[in-house]
Amino acid sequence: SRKVDSRTIYVGHRPCPTTEALIPPKFCDNRIVSSKYTVWNFLPKNLFEQFRRIANFYFLIIFLVQVIVDTPTSPVTSGLPLFFVITVTAIKQGYEDWLRHKADNEVNKYLVTVLEDGRRARKESEKIKVGDVVEVVEDETFPCDLILLQSSREDETCFVTTASLDGESNHKTHYTVPDTEKNLESLSATIECEQPQPDLYKFVTVFSRCVVFFRSLGPENLLLKGATLKNTQKIYGVAVYSGMETKMALNYQGKSQKRSAVEKSINAFLLVYLCILVSKALVCTTLKYVWQSRPGQDEPWYNQKTQKEKDTNLYLKMFTDFLSFMVLFNFIIPVSMYVTVEMQKFLGSFFISWDKDFFDPEIQEGALVNTSDLNEELGQVEYVFTDKTGTLTQNNMEFIECCIDGFQYKYADSGTELDGFCVTDGPVSMLQQKAGREKEELFLRALCLCHTVQVKEATGQGDGVGDGMIHPADLRGFIASSPDEVALVKGAMKYGFKFLGMESKNMRVMNRNNDVETYELLHVLNFDPVRRRMSVIVRTKSGDTMLFCKGADSSIFPRVRQEEVDRIRMHVERNATEGYRTLCVAYKLLSSEEYDQADTGLREAKLALQDREEKLMAVYNQVETGMSLIGATAVEDRLQEEAAETMEALQGAGMKVWVLTGDKMETAKSTCYACRLFQRSTELLELTVRTLHSWAKSKPVSAFSVPPRSWSSANQDYGFIIDGATLSLVLNSSPDSNSSCYKSLFLQICQNCTTVLCCRMAPLQKAQIVKMVKNSKGSPITLSIGDGANDVSMILEAHVGIGIKGREGRQAVRNSDYAIPKLKHLKKLLLGHGHLYYVRIAHLVQYFFYKNLCFILPQFLYQFFCGYSQQPLYDAAYLTMYNICFTSMPILANSLLEQHICMEVLMDNAALYRDVAKNAMLRWGPFLYWTLLGVYQGLLFFFGVRFLFSNPALQDNGQVFGNWSYGTIVFTVLVFTVTLKLAMDTRHWTWINHFVIWGSLAFYMFFSFFWGGIICNQKRVKQIKIYILSLRFVT
Amino acid sequence: MMAPSYNAKEEDGHQPGATGHGGAGTMTNKKPDNTAFKQQRLPAWQPILTAGTVLPAFFVIGLIFIPIGVGLFVTSNNIKEFEIDYTGVDMSSPCYNCSQSYSWNNTQSCTCSVHFSLDQPFESNVFMYYGLSNFYQNHRRYVKSRDDSQLNGDKTSLQSPSKECEPYRSSDKPIAPCGAIANSLFNDTLELYYIDPNGSRTAIPLVKKGIAWWTDKHVKFRNPSGNNNLTVVFQGTSKPVNWRKPVFELDPLDSDNNGFINEDFIVWMRTAALPTFRKLYCIIQKKPNNMTPTLPRGEYILEVTYNYPVRSFDGRKRMILSTISWMGGKNPFLGIAYITVGSVCFCLGLVLLSIHYRYGKRNNSAEISS
Repeated sequence: SRKVDSRTIYVGHRPCPTTEALIPPKFCDNRIVSSKYTVWNFLPKNLFEQFRRIANFYFLIIFLVQVIVDTPTSPVTSGLPLFFVITVTAIKQGYEDWLRHKADNEVNKYLVTVLEDGRRARKESEKIKVGDVVEVVEDETFPCDLILLQSSREDETCFVTTASLDGESNHKTHYTVPDTEKNLESLSATIECEQPQPDLYKFVTVFSRCVVFFRSLGPENLLLKGATLKNTQKIYGVAVYSGMETKMALNYQGKSQKRSAVEKSINAFLLVYLCILVSKALVCTTLKYVWQSRPGQDEPWYNQKTQKEKDTNLYLKMFTDFLSFMVLFNFIIPVSMYVTVEMQKFLGSFFISWDKDFFDPEIQEGALVNTSDLNEELGQVEYVFTDKTGTLTQNNMEFIECCIDGFQYKYADSGTELDGFCVTDGPVSMLQQKAGREKEELFLRALCLCHTVQVKEATGQGDGVGDGMIHPADLRGFIASSPDEVALVKGAMKYGFKFLGMESKNMRVMNRNNDVETYELLHVLNFDPVRRRMSVIVRTKSGDTMLFCKGADSSIFPRVRQEEVDRIRMHVERNATEGYRTLCVAYKLLSSEEYDQADTGLREAKLALQDREEKLMAVYNQVETGMSLIGATAVEDRLQEEAAETMEALQGAGMKVWVLTGDKMETAKSTCYACRLFQRSTELLELTVRTLHSWAKSKPVSAFSVPPRSWSSANQDYGFIIDGATLSLVLNSSPDSNSSCYKSLFLQICQNCTTVLCCRMAPLQKAQIVKMVKNSKGSPITLSIGDGANDVSMILEAHVGIGIKGREGRQAVRNSDYAIPKLKHLKKLLLGHGHLYYVRIAHLVQYFFYKNLCFILPQFLYQFFCGYSQQPLYDAAYLTMYNICFTSMPILANSLLEQHICMEVLMDNAALYRDVAKNAMLRWGPFLYWTLLGVYQGLLFFFGVRFLFSNPALQDNGQVFGNWSYGTIVFTVLVFTVTLKLAMDTRHWTWINHFVIWGSLAFYMFFSFFWGGIICNQKRVKQIKIYILSLRFVT
Repeated sequence: MMAPSYNAKEEDGHQPGATGHGGAGTMTNKKPDNTAFKQQRLPAWQPILTAGTVLPAFFVIGLIFIPIGVGLFVTSNNIKEFEIDYTGVDMSSPCYNCSQSYSWNNTQSCTCSVHFSLDQPFESNVFMYYGLSNFYQNHRRYVKSRDDSQLNGDKTSLQSPSKECEPYRSSDKPIAPCGAIANSLFNDTLELYYIDPNGSRTAIPLVKKGIAWWTDKHVKFRNPSGNNNLTVVFQGTSKPVNWRKPVFELDPLDSDNNGFINEDFIVWMRTAALPTFRKLYCIIQKKPNNMTPTLPRGEYILEVTYNYPVRSFDGRKRMILSTISWMGGKNPFLGIAYITVGSVCFCLGLVLLSIHYRYGKRNNSAEISS
């Protein structure tokens, strides 16, 4: 009986002889489908997708009304732009899908070698079934998720790089299933594993060779699809997850789409304009029937209705009249605005990736734009949430000093002492003394052994280290998931202990006397952020079993003898205040009984199918007790270039900076001081477990009743510090009446501080904080910046997520909206680009509404003079082309190139950023200004021409103008005015602006001459004359 | 509409299986181009508005616009215009009888004579207009009720006019020209007589040529080709319901002015923009000797053949005599507008100048806001 939450796989499809007849389980095939469409369903599916957008749907409805009802304007006027937009989008999406098809095919048709009944057969990748044994050679990617059965390497490992999965290009070691037989043809075994799930680093499996032989497998046995085999000639593996069920496929689910605040403003404005549109149509419809009720007006003798019109039901007629008016005025909400806004965002985002100031010569990369929807949001940021390690600091660790048994050691480059040590200072009583040599060496051995660092081999193939020849240490590269570990190993190297690498389960260390010591690695108790420590259990040559443990002081101190702590705590705390990252090192000698107990505990926990993590954790905690503290290390993480200047600029721009870090408080605090987030004058408010304790002792009151004095005390900067444990008390306190009050109180305090530092944060807590601020009153715009996988949650949560192309893999970059190489680039991204984009798009949106209002208003007013008959004022060609050809290019160019204040000034004067804060240019005030301007000009255009036409004989031959001339004059004045209005708003005239503005006007003139076979040339001269007049009204 | 799929490249992370060599080769030359455009450093003219540039602009605009306005105003005032309503609404008016007894079926036309006097002589060419009020030539049903291809001489449209012409598309045969506009062609005949001081009447010659737009006459309106005899060409069509004569007999005096290219017809077909409008009826050309004015001051009689009913929709009919300047007919609006704008600019300039003079030195930032 198969359990629902696990799947059983028969290796090579061979059932165990003992079990009942094989019922081959059904799994999906290995075909990857990332494409959305096929040739057959492309048209309907794509159209459906496109018309799900509310704007497209609206325009479709308008178009259909025009087709069905007898409306004043031909369906072409709105059908053509809609058709254009739909076609362009469809072609673009079709092309992208074609690319996806091509990529899919390349993957699916790729030939792989599969072992079938003892023969090696070439198969297309898509035909791999779960249970197949697959051969992969060096530098090939794995075609599906495999369990490693056999490797060509002697130590039964293989190396892979997961660069295409998480961007970490270091080689990771994976292990074969332990103790399997060499002959894969005759191997019959079953694998019981979980149902597919997306977590890349989680895998729990039991491998059984026909009931009698069980092995538990973990992520170290699983080769993920998409990873590449390195440094290994070939491997054999059995497919466990295939096709769309691989972890990689499960991980490529689209991110949720972020929408910018500007878009919300646009939608609000649209609603206003929709109301204007509907009320215009209602007014006209009502007035029409009022007007018609007067005798002789509805149907004078010269203008009889058709029979069909007479027969139509009155109410139906009213309704179609209403629709006709809607269609007549629908240009007030133009399709082209959507197109222009999208184009502006799309094209505008290129300027970010083109910016050479964002180019970092070190990694040879510039900025990366993952979404173009949020350009303007960069100019609206109110809260910046930043990670510390790798973001404010370089994550480039350097071993600074250590403290062994209470004595401080600082490495001096020009040290005269043979061993490279020099004691700089220590406890006052023991100045210029050293710890015992034995302690020193134990400490350094611990540094050399307690880690998961790998040695990068020079040429790849073979075991270069095994021949006894020692490579020069400088040429050796270390690879590790955390840079701290490399720093520590390198630090130990400076002091004479070299880690040479692993050799089948043995760790080789060269000591100060150039002797190679070997230690058998028995267990690695992996690091995890909850325990905040890691341990190794090794067996020395002499047979002693030892446990070395390193970790954060808070997690080590409770587990060692108290008197040792007191000697070291002072050093640790001083190092932390200096901004160094400190780790404590402890060890423990395990007796054979203790070891046996730990060993069985670990093995059992590793075998467990359910709750493996929890069980492992319990065993870890049990083993890592009663240790003795040897010393502590201090590693410096230098600040990013210009970190302080950047932070200062952000604060000057009115942004509140919150530092969210997993690091300890003292380190984080010192970093904040170094970044000038905290000034000397800043009054710090601490809310941590420690302060809570001290308050609790003094008086049993709620912590929150203490801090806030009067905030009004002028010009006092406050900084607030809280740690993860306290924060979870605040956020997740029991659901009584007080909890929400605490939360809002906390928020209130935080919002009054210039800087908030949250330390000891779990990744999820970071997202919680961002979410809390995001949803607080006034819904401020938040920005998260981080470089590591632990920042992904807050990057995804914030309005704008920025990834730093740092050292901790690419996950942050992949999930971000914008990625920059360095922290210092944030300044230009926000103060320069962000500000400009915001101003540009705000102007674009307001201008678009304005120009369409004064376009349509005369048409509305004309209804009062034509018996509310829906007679359009403008020629159909003008109606269609106004937004497409005559007035679209200047505003697009303006919204791409405008720099009302040039970039350098914006960057130098951070305070300018405050001018556009809180969506200043898209509030109702400016909207009202533009709307009134549009109304004013619309009235002017219409009535100016109306008075002119009180005598329509406007030529020197006495001939008179008709209704189309009337419309053309209004239209000409309109086109010139809105274009010149834009010209007057332009503060940055490049040749492109000149070309496009004057070119548009010239094109309009040219088109009108061409179009107006109807229109005599003389009239044109007249129009220009009249135009000059009306322009003067406007200014 | 385009951006949602913009990051599609990012989404399809399924790398081809064969290319497993990592990013070593692709990272080589990603440095952005250092071009002025890409770095947003295109040379640009950045106008900065200061008191020094804005104030003179105001004065210059004022000083230019006021003379133009005065010129336009004077020109407009020099134009002489005379207007008389001959609808016949009042019992006392000479056309009252005609307007009352009107019916389309009258075979006999009703005539009336309207007396008027001109106080001033009209020099140069005088243009005679007829004006209609409360006549919605710009009503949508009316505007579209025509067939342009038929008017352009298309043979098929002649025989089967466009549906837009309903209900004036066909009676028993297709109507040419079809549609409501053509059907309601203005058909009053106006004649002008000068009464000499000695009491004798002299007819004033009215020229019916040159009243239509050149493009209309030569491009848009064309008779169906093939035969010079219009009677043959229009065979198989019937006249519009309200017409008394078929289209090829519109002008009995000038055979070239018949059919679709009849100028009266073309003028009528150019629909007016507003419900009160005027249309050019004819031109009274100036005397060749140039010594006597075209229309000397004195008594005149307007003889109206009253065919066109307007009372049913409360309309009015007028006759207008006007001279013309380079800027068209009498129209004081343009001149007033220019003068207004010019003086507003000038006054604003003065106000701003005084503000600048008083406060500008104290606060330099005020320059920008002005």
